[in-house]
Amino acid sequence: MARYVLRRLGLTAITLFILSIVVFAVSAVLPGSVGRAILGPFADEASVVKLNQELGVDGPLISRYFDWIGGALRGDFGNSYKFRAPVMDFIPTALFSSLKLAAMTLIIVVPLGIIGGTYAALRQGKAADRFITIAGLSLAVTPEFVVGIVLILVFAVKLDWLPAGGSARGSVVDQIKVLILPALTLTAVLFGYLSRMARAGAIEALASDYTRTATLKGLPRSTVLRRHVLRNSLLPTIAVIASQMSYLLGGLLVTETLFNYRGLGLLISDAAGDRDVPMLMAAVFIVGALAMLMTLLADLLIAWLNPRVRLGGKQ
Amino acid sequence: MTDPITQTEAAAGSVPATSTRAVRRELRRQLFRSKTFIIGSLILLFWVFCAIAPGVVGTHDPSKQDPASKWIHPFFKEGHWLGTDRFGRDVFTRAIYGAREIMIIAPASVILGTAIGVVLGLAMGYFRGKLDDIISRVIEALMSLPVILVALLALTSLSGGRLTIILLIGFLFGPVIARTIRAAVITERDLDYVRAAELRGERSWYIMFVEILPNVFGPIVVEFTVRLGYAVFTMAGLAFIGFGTQPGSPDWGRTIFEERSSLLSDVWWPSLVPALALASLVVAINLVADAVQGLIDR
Repeated sequence: MARYVLRRLGLTAITLFILSIVVFAVSAVLPGSVGRAILGPFADEASVVKLNQELGVDGPLISRYFDWIGGALRGDFGNSYKFRAPVMDFIPTALFSSLKLAAMTLIIVVPLGIIGGTYAALRQGKAADRFITIAGLSLAVTPEFVVGIVLILVFAVKLDWLPAGGSARGSVVDQIKVLILPALTLTAVLFGYLSRMARAGAIEALASDYTRTATLKGLPRSTVLRRHVLRNSLLPTIAVIASQMSYLLGGLLVTETLFNYRGLGLLISDAAGDRDVPMLMAAVFIVGALAMLMTLLADLLIAWLNPRVRLGGKQ
Repeated sequence: MTDPITQTEAAAGSVPATSTRAVRRELRRQLFRSKTFIIGSLILLFWVFCAIAPGVVGTHDPSKQDPASKWIHPFFKEGHWLGTDRFGRDVFTRAIYGAREIMIIAPASVILGTAIGVVLGLAMGYFRGKLDDIISRVIEALMSLPVILVALLALTSLSGGRLTIILLIGFLFGPVIARTIRAAVITERDLDYVRAAELRGERSWYIMFVEILPNVFGPIVVEFTVRLGYAVFTMAGLAFIGFGTQPGSPDWGRTIFEERSSLLSDVWWPSLVPALALASLVVAINLVADAVQGLIDR
């Protein structure tokens, strides 16, 4: 297990390093000038050059990369172009808000996806299975704001049960009320992936020898499902939850914009609109690093849950 | 999977190469028997038609403003099937015209992405080794970021025109598609026909593109249809945040972004109509993808 953990940690470190290069490359190497982008097409060349100097984006790429990554390692991602203040003054608060939304989403989508997927597996090939699969997949590629608009219309405008947006502040109940609609929006997109994995896992477990043995030795159906089918089908589901974290964090972008929820997504969306490159780079890098960390944690969890890996065998 | 399909696949494996055309015909016949495929392609064809000739379906000028008749309620009042928006523009007509941008960008970017993915995937899967290791790492790093975020990063220095969006989504999808193709190539590369070609002394590019490529056609088609849905998803998301389309464009994502505030005063149609149009397109693509996948996937 220790060797496995070390290997995974090493690989993650390498990928993280590549991620930093990707983020830097995409935002800095592409043609186009930051000063020109900020000042617009009508500004004269002199002021563009001056602004580029002020922002420190006229140096050689290599040294700019090391300035950036060196600062990042010390928790300093530079100053926001727009607010003229360290971006790290803004990101932690926004990140915390987004994590609240992500947590709320997972609380809703994980049980729903597992129940839906397992139910579909039990009715494999029947109408209910087809419906859950196709509806789930369709929702998964339906842009968040489509679902969000419908939810706002029904629950905020027509029924007036929940707020149509805003930030999570005040009492826990108020916060949950604000979080429900955006969380449901993200749930709609994630449900398809989760239920599909849960379904595949359950189908495999249902067809296995241990399930047949459990059934044949006379265990009640519910016990077979709980102790044998579900327990085994959860592994791939955990993996997919982690692999969807990067989607979830990206989905925050559109969802938070729609609901005007002050999290990392709205921060990124605003920063992109303002061409606030340091803010954007920091936020995107942190999102990527977080997603990577989640994948790592899930892999370790899976390894630990799987005795073949935990006890030192080959995976 | 139902029996006839498995039989088709079994047949595909055993028949001599001369009857591949018969197998293809059989596959096509199966495809047109699938209800999801028929429904999906009908909706898809409708939107393709709207993208090509919106004037035929639309009833008004999509950008003509008429302050006197703003916010007319749907349905079929004062000559407006689905009402008007805050500028008095016809909502139905705008939804029809809104198909164009997405129907150009999504397929174009996926074609580009598939081309990149196929070349990269073939090379990675066939050569393996260091090249494969390095590119795989980069793809993994790239995939920890949602496509839309990388696109936003790039759009800070690029202009957000149509071509830029196509290139961006194409280049970002390429590596993802490459991963799938690579996996398919790896299962093929150790088969006898590849060895035979190697022993014949064929060049690598010949083996990759002439020998292996036709045999990984299935995964490529599946990947293409699936990615098409994601391209629509990504492009709509970008438009919704305000990138890739001009203000006032009838594009669905853009319209929803601009009209969403009137939702709160119970004026739902200007944003709901394009939202449903978008949903119908995405579901249609997905139905087709699902049917294709059911036939081709092993």
